[in-house]
Amino acid sequence: MICTSCGVEEATIHLTEINNNQMMEIHLCEKCAQEKGTEFKTHFSIGDILSGFIDLEDAATAGRKKQALVCAECGSTYEQFTKSGRLGCASCYTAFSKLLLPLIKRVQRSVQHCGKSPEIAGDKKGSSIQSLRQLREKLQKMVAGEEFEKAAQLRDEIKKIEDKKKKKDSNE
Amino acid sequence: MSKVDVFLDHTAEWLRGGDADSNIVVSSRIRLARNIEGYPFIQRLKDDDRKEIIRLVSEALQKISQTRDLYYLQKADMSDLDLLFLVERHLISREHAAEQAEKAVAISPNEVMSMMVLEEDHLRIQAFQSGFQLMETWRIINQIDAELQKRMQFSFDPVLGYLTACPTNVGTGMRASCMLHLPSLVLTKQVHKVLQALSKLNLAARGLYGEGTQATGNFFQISNQMTLGQPEEEMIDNLVSVIRQIIEHEKEAQVYLKEQKQQKFLDQVWRALGTLKSARIISSVEAMQLLSLTQLGIQTGVIQSQISRQDLFALFLLIQPAHLQKLAGKPLSSAERDLYRADLVRERLRKLSL
Repeated sequence: MICTSCGVEEATIHLTEINNNQMMEIHLCEKCAQEKGTEFKTHFSIGDILSGFIDLEDAATAGRKKQALVCAECGSTYEQFTKSGRLGCASCYTAFSKLLLPLIKRVQRSVQHCGKSPEIAGDKKGSSIQSLRQLREKLQKMVAGEEFEKAAQLRDEIKKIEDKKKKKDSNE
Repeated sequence: MSKVDVFLDHTAEWLRGGDADSNIVVSSRIRLARNIEGYPFIQRLKDDDRKEIIRLVSEALQKISQTRDLYYLQKADMSDLDLLFLVERHLISREHAAEQAEKAVAISPNEVMSMMVLEEDHLRIQAFQSGFQLMETWRIINQIDAELQKRMQFSFDPVLGYLTACPTNVGTGMRASCMLHLPSLVLTKQVHKVLQALSKLNLAARGLYGEGTQATGNFFQISNQMTLGQPEEEMIDNLVSVIRQIIEHEKEAQVYLKEQKQQKFLDQVWRALGTLKSARIISSVEAMQLLSLTQLGIQTGVIQSQISRQDLFALFLLIQPAHLQKLAGKPLSSAERDLYRADLVRERLRKLSL
């Protein structure tokens, strides 16, 4: 078998990689394998995939005015996020929500957490969560209808109620 | 002697085996990503914050009865070889091993529980079980997570759930995965179909040591891709039902090989064992592939085994570069490792006769 990299030498190293759920067989000669390093990895990270999604996002908003989004809490910009795929702090989720929510919807197919929450995890009361649930359902419908600006507003409202509740809980 | 060496002498809990299908589903693992409220995420974290978080986590672990006996290792406690050793045992990630700043890892003596401190998120909590036991794994990790949340507050948003540095983990922060050994599906060239079907079901398949690594030894890690929009148990249920089907496919492929391709199958299995028992130089990739076929030979009754399942699966681990160097007690070059590996394999397989 001939090396798939240089196409000249006999391949002596045979690798199988999985990337993006595709199995690839790679056959390399000694020299090419060494050049690529012993642990041949096409290593493409979640950051790369995400920035693929972000590019789509940029194309969609290119016509509209582009504003520099900055997180007041940590000083990270949305642009930094598009490069690294990592947010600076918890508040970035709120600061960038207009752009981030559609992105999360695309990657996760949902913007509504349904799993465990600290209240339940911490073994505390979970009754007041009920009324919030309706607001959340409304939010989900908005996102499904791609009304992202309204959704972002409602999201902030929900957060306010949640914060108030937290304060009340800690005062008790 | 390094603190990490305590793990060398015993077999990790997740290699123990157990139920009938543990030859196919080798282990189950769940990790949760959590960030401590009041600190920025990893990229914006100052050196003092890092030290503070390492201390906070250490204190919290001390107060929880299930985590009190964990080994808590900090950057200064671990050499590069130690870090690679922990990667090979799936106790830390490659990214965490490569991190140059202050970091820590907590590991339970039986390796069921481990926690990376300051990886991509402040905390990556992991529970590990042998065989196909995702729900039991969830029970363990859910409890530890609840205990931790009594002592520290994690960044949580009422709508988006647990907030993580990367939005691909937001919500539950949970990645549940099983390590599958699928030699028959690979030999019958059916595994591509399985992998393609998985991506349609929003599940991810990766090699033995994570994204971008080789699918050596016919091992595949299968996990949930999305972390938001479903309760944890539901995500685990989905994964469980898909893996059940893969187990059936692997078994069907085994029967096909044994019955329809008998001569060729016998030839492949016996040649694999023959090579392992006579090689004087062997790479880890070749050894993994041949051990995989040998294991398949034992599973299908072709090879009469005088060696336990646990010992054979442990060999997949012992032939990795850092494990070999720990066993040898000295640094070995790549060429020296190939020699040492061949010796080790011949010695460990001496009870298997051709």
